[in-house]
Amino acid sequence: MLAANFRIETATAASRTIALAGAGLVLVLVVLPLFVSRGLVQDMIFVFYMLALAQLWNLLAGHAGLVSVGQQAFVGLGGYLLFAFTVILGIDALAAIVLAGLVTGICAFPTALVVFRLRGAYFAIGTWVVAEVFRLLIAQWKQLGGGTGTSLPVSVTNEVAGIEWIKRVFDVRTAAARDMEIYWVALALAVGTVLAVYFILRSRRGLALAAIRDSELAAESVGVDSYRTKLWVFAVAAAATGMIGALIYLQKARISPDAAFTVIDWTAYVIFIVVIGGIGTIEGPIIGVIVFYLMQRYLADFGTWYLILLGGLAILVMLFAPRGICGYLSERYGISLFPTRRRLVSDKDSPGM
Amino acid sequence: MALLETRKLTAFYRDFQALFGIDTRLEAGETVAIIGANGAGKSTYLKAITGLLGGEPESVWFDGKPIGALAPAEIMQLGISMVPEGRRLFPSMTVEENLLIGNYGRSVPGHWSIEAIFELFPRLRERRHQSSTTLSGGEQQMTAIGRALMSNPRVLLCDEISLGLAPIVIRDIYQALPRIKATGTSVMLVEQDIVQAMKVADRIYCFQEGRISLTGNPSALTREQIHVAYFGS
Amino acid sequence: MIGWIDTVIQGVLLGGLYALFAVGLSLIFGIMRLVNLAHGDLIVLAAFVILVISRALGLNIFVALVLAAPILFGIGYALQHFLLNRTLGRDILPPLLVTFGLSIIVQNGLLEAFSADSRRLDADALETASIALGGGLAVGVMPLMTLVSAVAVIFALNYLFYRLPLGRAFRATSDDPEIAQLMGVDNRRIFALAMGLAMVVTAIAALYLGTRATFDPSIGPARLLYAFEAVIIGGLGSLWGTLAGGVIIGLAQTIGAHINPEWQILAGHVAFLVVLVLRPRGLFPRAVD
Ligand SMILES: Nc1ncnc2c1ncn2[C@@H]1O[C@H](COP(=O)(O)OP(=O)(O)OP(=O)(O)O)[C@@H](O)[C@H]1O
Ligand SMILES: [Mg+2]
Repeated sequence: MLAANFRIETATAASRTIALAGAGLVLVLVVLPLFVSRGLVQDMIFVFYMLALAQLWNLLAGHAGLVSVGQQAFVGLGGYLLFAFTVILGIDALAAIVLAGLVTGICAFPTALVVFRLRGAYFAIGTWVVAEVFRLLIAQWKQLGGGTGTSLPVSVTNEVAGIEWIKRVFDVRTAAARDMEIYWVALALAVGTVLAVYFILRSRRGLALAAIRDSELAAESVGVDSYRTKLWVFAVAAAATGMIGALIYLQKARISPDAAFTVIDWTAYVIFIVVIGGIGTIEGPIIGVIVFYLMQRYLADFGTWYLILLGGLAILVMLFAPRGICGYLSERYGISLFPTRRRLVSDKDSPGM
Repeated sequence: MALLETRKLTAFYRDFQALFGIDTRLEAGETVAIIGANGAGKSTYLKAITGLLGGEPESVWFDGKPIGALAPAEIMQLGISMVPEGRRLFPSMTVEENLLIGNYGRSVPGHWSIEAIFELFPRLRERRHQSSTTLSGGEQQMTAIGRALMSNPRVLLCDEISLGLAPIVIRDIYQALPRIKATGTSVMLVEQDIVQAMKVADRIYCFQEGRISLTGNPSALTREQIHVAYFGS
Repeated sequence: MIGWIDTVIQGVLLGGLYALFAVGLSLIFGIMRLVNLAHGDLIVLAAFVILVISRALGLNIFVALVLAAPILFGIGYALQHFLLNRTLGRDILPPLLVTFGLSIIVQNGLLEAFSADSRRLDADALETASIALGGGLAVGVMPLMTLVSAVAVIFALNYLFYRLPLGRAFRATSDDPEIAQLMGVDNRRIFALAMGLAMVVTAIAALYLGTRATFDPSIGPARLLYAFEAVIIGGLGSLWGTLAGGVIIGLAQTIGAHINPEWQILAGHVAFLVVLVLRPRGLFPRAVD
């Protein structure tokens, strides 16, 4: 036994097949808006950005132990920065999305300085306070409409770089071209987020995160700087969340502090997606967002009852299937699409187990 | 019939089996010592009796009734109390409060009261309003024993009450044992200090890797027998 | 000058309300390390319970509170017994997410039952009554009663914790739940009792919330945040610290509002963040944790 060679594996044969299938799916999604209705394109944009937000929340809560209920702080900030960059500074919207992400990421540092003083559940409420502070501060920003908010001028929304090109090549109207462009950006952000989370978890930092999650003390004793690792993840997630926020409000074209910093849309829904799908996995939010989209589409008209149902479902899942649909499937059938867990394999074991 | 009996008692920590079918008896009025090396399963055995591990109903019997599946609070109410490993006093409480909480679940008339504890361990009286975290190791152990006695238990389980204490303090504490026995309490003593254990025990069990490797009357056992039972051959 | 003195007095009195919000949260965290994200919504629920009782039976709200208290105790007990006890463990996610879900359920359930309309608890003549302090200063009787109630509640709870066997059992469970069981304490029952007790305090808080200003189903989360801030500023573990924390938030809010009415809430949050940066363990941290 000792003579056997050991390797560290994260991928399995099945998951390689799935990676190929995933690439195929992304290709299909890329060309999809050319063939489907605008309504569906807009729905898909929603699915993409919710998926990206869910992946990021999951990275924080499921992997870094940073359970935030204040991610709306960064969605709202990203949205408002988009408005500031385009309306006030006249920067092109696409560039503004990237800039908004950068600035949001920078804002994550002073935020962390405060909320990282709180642990566990207190951290959660601390992030909520910060989101409220952001909301109240931005409501003082009269140039962007103060407490009532403002709309993006048509000149901004219709003149995003690339819209003219899309109109010409695909022969569509401005509104449709805008949807298509936002769709592609949203798709890129969603896929980019999934891949980024995947590679972060497989990197040395991912290993550090796993160690911290298991035991912060033990991790520190083997040289993991847990504060810096968490800070880094927090800032990366904030930057990406800010970009998504910017994109969301480029699509909505109207922003107000109450909508941009709402805990329901940008945190409660996101948590629901992750919990239903399966916390601590990459495929969890993907499954979760599909479930959520279907519920949103067919049940959202029930208003308060719909929200009660979401809350109730999340509680039931948390109590009886805490690892969500994904955990249930992998327990039952041993499926894992995005293996981020390292497995020590001896050459004597059959591969692809 | 024995007052306290375990029958084929097993215990697990997840997949790890810590006890393999332990059969022990403690008669009324008896003092029994459990000895064994580190990790032999002695503390696990006591935790299983007090219900902290949750087990099969018929694996532990007390007073002719199966208690193996009862909750710790219920078992305590029947009259089994424990001095836990490492004393585990309540840190937010004073000495007196630590004693007072001892009979929260069971208050029956009997010899032990806060006054009686202070007579047993006079050093506690002067420290009664002191926070339990500021006590010396010996005083903490005395408080832990007193806390367990407050409910006038029928069986007192003690987990390594001499651990980490100076010999003179150990002597003080062991001097209390005969007085505890005199009130009719049966005592189950887990001890690594074999010499101490042999002195006070009517009978011993030696544990080795979750099994009983030796049992008998201390005076009838030879050094070799104990050595083998303790360390393995 | 008079304006400033008045602001400070109002701030301290408002702090009494926030302390009442916070005591329930502090109690629950202290005993079972549970952070209840639904706390604010439960305060609003309590206000509706009092409202319904006083309307339905035509009772004075104080009498309605007496009737509401056992109902809310029962709600708290049942909530802990059937739901929250199942979430307790080493992992912080289940309690957090379950109480977050609960928050959404309570909030929307109230919305469904009572609509989004603003309500008020009617304290009749007491509402406008005030005591003149001379020099043009006056304090309202209701705000004063709020602060006095907060102090009384904290006295009563401290008496329970430090003088009565049940209180010792609460503390034992908080210190070391495993060993507490060996004292005959049934932790789960203790937790349920603690949640019931917290709900009674919440009912008292709700009464003053409802008489001070209007309320509707959506205001819960903000109350959770004030309560949370008071607890953290006070330093975990001391109810008097929690009172001090409440007063600090109350003062910050009234002073902020005095400078610019739009800054009221913001000033409270900012005060919290400043304390957090300067004294991360709060003003009165407990020695042993
Ligand atoms: N909470 C636990 N989780 C997992 N394994 C445990 C746990 N507690 C004890 N064990 C294991 O069970 C075995 C028996 O432990 P136990 O504490 O009963 O030994 P002991 O005889 O009391 O040792 P000591 O004399 O050192 O106190 C050991 O191998 C120990 O590692
Ligand atoms: Mg031991």
